[in-house]
Amino acid sequence: MLDILLSSLGQLFTLSHLLFMVLGVLVGLVVGIIPGLGGIAGMSLLLPFLYGMEPSVALGMLMGLVAVIPTGDTFASVLLGIPGSSASQATVIDGFSLAKRGQAARALSSAFLSSMIGGLIGAVILTGFILIARPLVLSFSSSELFMLTLLGLSMVAVLSGRDLFKGLAACGLGLLVGAIGMAPATGEFRMNFGLDYLYDGVPLVVVGLGIFALPEIIDLLVKRGAIAEEPCKLGEGWRQGIRDVREQRGLVARCAAIGSLIGTIPGLAGSVVDWLTYGHAVQSAKDKSEFGQGDIRGVIAPESANNACACGAMVPTLLFGVPGSGTAAVFLGGLLLLGLQPGVGMIETHLDLTYTIIWSLALANILGAALCLVLARPVAGLTRVPFATLAPVITVLIMFAAFQATRSAGDLFALGAVGVLGVLFKQANWSRPAFLIGFVLAPGAEGYFYQAVQFQGTDAFMRPGVLIIGALILAALFIPVLRSLWLKRRQASTVGAASTARAEPPTLGVIDVVLFAALLATAVVAWIDVADLTLIGGIMPRLAITILAASCLLEIARCLLHRPQRQPQAIGQQGLWLIGFFALVGSMLLLGFVTAATLFSLVFLLTVARLKPWMAIIMSLGVMAFLVGMAQFLTLTYPPGIIDPLLFG
Amino acid sequence: MMIPRTETKNPLLGKLKKAALLGIAITGIGLATSVQAQDADVPGNIKWTVPFGVGGGTDVWARFFAPWLSESLPGEPTIMIDNVPGGGSINGANLFAIRARADGSNWLGTSASTQYPAMLGDPRVRYDYNDWTPILATPTGGVVYAQPSLGETADTALDALLEQPVKLAAQNPTGVELPVLIALDMLGADVQAVFGMRSRGEGRLAFERGEADIDFQTTSAYLSNVEPLVEAGKAVPLFSLGVLNDEGQIVRDPTFPDLPTFNEIYQARHGEAPSGQEYEAFRKFFASGYALQKLIMVPKDTPQPLIDTYRQAARDFVGTDAFKEAAAAQLGPYTPVIGDVAQRHLEDAMSIDEATRDWLANWLQSEHDVKLQ
Repeated sequence: MLDILLSSLGQLFTLSHLLFMVLGVLVGLVVGIIPGLGGIAGMSLLLPFLYGMEPSVALGMLMGLVAVIPTGDTFASVLLGIPGSSASQATVIDGFSLAKRGQAARALSSAFLSSMIGGLIGAVILTGFILIARPLVLSFSSSELFMLTLLGLSMVAVLSGRDLFKGLAACGLGLLVGAIGMAPATGEFRMNFGLDYLYDGVPLVVVGLGIFALPEIIDLLVKRGAIAEEPCKLGEGWRQGIRDVREQRGLVARCAAIGSLIGTIPGLAGSVVDWLTYGHAVQSAKDKSEFGQGDIRGVIAPESANNACACGAMVPTLLFGVPGSGTAAVFLGGLLLLGLQPGVGMIETHLDLTYTIIWSLALANILGAALCLVLARPVAGLTRVPFATLAPVITVLIMFAAFQATRSAGDLFALGAVGVLGVLFKQANWSRPAFLIGFVLAPGAEGYFYQAVQFQGTDAFMRPGVLIIGALILAALFIPVLRSLWLKRRQASTVGAASTARAEPPTLGVIDVVLFAALLATAVVAWIDVADLTLIGGIMPRLAITILAASCLLEIARCLLHRPQRQPQAIGQQGLWLIGFFALVGSMLLLGFVTAATLFSLVFLLTVARLKPWMAIIMSLGVMAFLVGMAQFLTLTYPPGIIDPLLFG
Repeated sequence: MMIPRTETKNPLLGKLKKAALLGIAITGIGLATSVQAQDADVPGNIKWTVPFGVGGGTDVWARFFAPWLSESLPGEPTIMIDNVPGGGSINGANLFAIRARADGSNWLGTSASTQYPAMLGDPRVRYDYNDWTPILATPTGGVVYAQPSLGETADTALDALLEQPVKLAAQNPTGVELPVLIALDMLGADVQAVFGMRSRGEGRLAFERGEADIDFQTTSAYLSNVEPLVEAGKAVPLFSLGVLNDEGQIVRDPTFPDLPTFNEIYQARHGEAPSGQEYEAFRKFFASGYALQKLIMVPKDTPQPLIDTYRQAARDFVGTDAFKEAAAAQLGPYTPVIGDVAQRHLEDAMSIDEATRDWLANWLQSEHDVKLQ
């Protein structure tokens, strides 16, 4: 045993292994920083070089890449509010809020440091765990997996706080949108409205970008100014971030442990870990008021978890050949190209390679996070630049990122459509994370529920694992309620002012009314569409519709019962920018993606940002070079339009 | 990816060079361009559309074949893999049907999940296998195995299988498990298929967890992940699907010479060879999903000399020891089927008549409560 550990350690520090790992780390950082590319694109860049390489060296390169992608994508989430990949969606909420408060450097440095520590903890846990993981992974049957998705969904209640019904409505809509596409149980197609694009469902990347990034861009354009609304203190913030991690070391350790263990469960991995740890940070905090407005714990928790999760996801990939995440799926392909068949053999005959993989992850984590830490301070300066200058570049970037999802024009329209929803939600202060959680967990919740019932019948819900997770869910839902009741009673008995315990009145604005009407209409249309489905194929969308409609009606009833507080909700300017976005999509299809993107950048920089002409020309040429270059490397075919084929072949 | 070919004696140095180029290129400093010696016939660049995501089975298969094909073709063309995932490979194949040029510069890599929807008349399919010609096909085999709780030996397990309902974890009603489901039904087993697995691997997990009573894996996954279970007494192999010989008959799988095929089991249990509409359906879906699991296709109008050149190139390397050694890990111990044989088998498999399709639609409805779209 010890000799295997030592020999893989020796392998780790050979020159060729280190060189290729550094190469993997560099590719991973670049790919991670560019939104929308993530692990899958990075792997596809490296795969062509893989065939015929020495396995241990090639694995170093792949691991370098896998390890740093959840680190690199933090730049986009914190600085620009763009969720770079599914691993950084929870980071966006507080990370970007911190950036807007001028604390980008603080958010970044604590994110990278906690990423590094999380990754290391993950690797340490894995070193021992991988030997005993097989029975443990196998003890998670479909019913436990279903309960885990429920645990993820229960975070909606934790995150929506006072506006519970709005949060539930958002989650219901998320579940409904997540149910678009093929029903896992029967293979029926649901709610595709005759559009080929919807047969596979709406891609996660597109939903993430539309719900978070697009509304933020538009909001910043309406407000003018830079991303940072308050003066930045880069150097001080950077050191503050390091101190934050030291103060929150307990949170870092807990989230890393959660991340690495949940990562080992095949089929869930990345999608719940972020939200579980974010919810955990909210629940365990004494003062919750700052979450969503820029609480550093909201950055530290998911960031310590996601690198650890990437480590954990190696367990099902290596031991069972069942990838735990999208990136792991591509990594699996890489293993096969190297002639390595994942399975029990990875423990029995290739244990040295397995340890090379785990420790390469750890080493690459340190390297990647250190590089990012150095970069954090200068890059955070971006938040001081007037936003109008960045806007066209970021807009093109998120369109490019969305287009990566299925590489069809439908991605751009879907981005716009989800963007409209995102703007409405943002302006009316509905919970966007709740929508995303519903969307992400819909397929898992449905699939595992059906499997649990089919495989195990009613016994499914009496298993010890199920009961334990069930207790966790109840605790997550009710402990905060009970605690606040208890606090209130104590306050009431000491002060004697029972009237303060009255619930605050609901708020109501124009957009709320529009949303109620639109959501109820959606519910009706969807209900009619799923009418023909079989019982099993239709149960999930019907449940989602019920949640959506019932929460909307309850919120309306609440407004009727308690006189609502009027809330001004502006939408005029945002609406104009949205129309502009669709006009841009239209011109991309008409003229060609590259041509329209370049022209748009030029015109925008000259007229809105009012840059000097030479600056505007250089920047738009940069946009063009980026798009054309990416097309070369990723063998991309953009929507051609009329002009692109003439200019770019 | 267009990177100039570098001839070098030291393989590590060569890789480093390639890698360094990649590093430079990705930072956007330099765009490497392709300089190719043009052969009179073979195009300098071949775009190989793979209608699956990066790292998937068919993608890995294509990436494995690309260097072999490139090196044995005159002029060593650059073969670029273009992944167009979506719709379980239907989207990519549809796009290929519209866009592909018939000058030999466009190839398509297909798999069972491209063949099946076309055979079942899926409304999303806008491609037709009659418009394409196969260059090469690679077969795979598969094994059905059971929990030892059903029976310690194949015989007792089969007996138990026929007496009690059993569960099998599958992907979707028209997925790669289709011929297996038909075969088990023909034997007389009452199989409750639990759909919704995202891969065969997830199905195997359900078996290992004890949720599924029987399972099925294709050869490579069986060898690496089920054989250890069999050795540990945690799984009992029942039968293999067999392989197709050049005459189109199903014979024993050379990987599993000791394991009877479905046909043999049927013969032993029913006293006659399998026949009828259900066997017709089994045979066609077995042929297109297993005997010709993955195919390299070109548009039919591609000039015949070019098609012959491609097929000859494949024949050249398929026989070599170096290829056989490398292929053992990737394809299992099966020899690729090239040219006319592949074409004959493909035409036979894809031509499914109305009666068989009707039988299949009824069977799916009655056995698995699934309506064919």
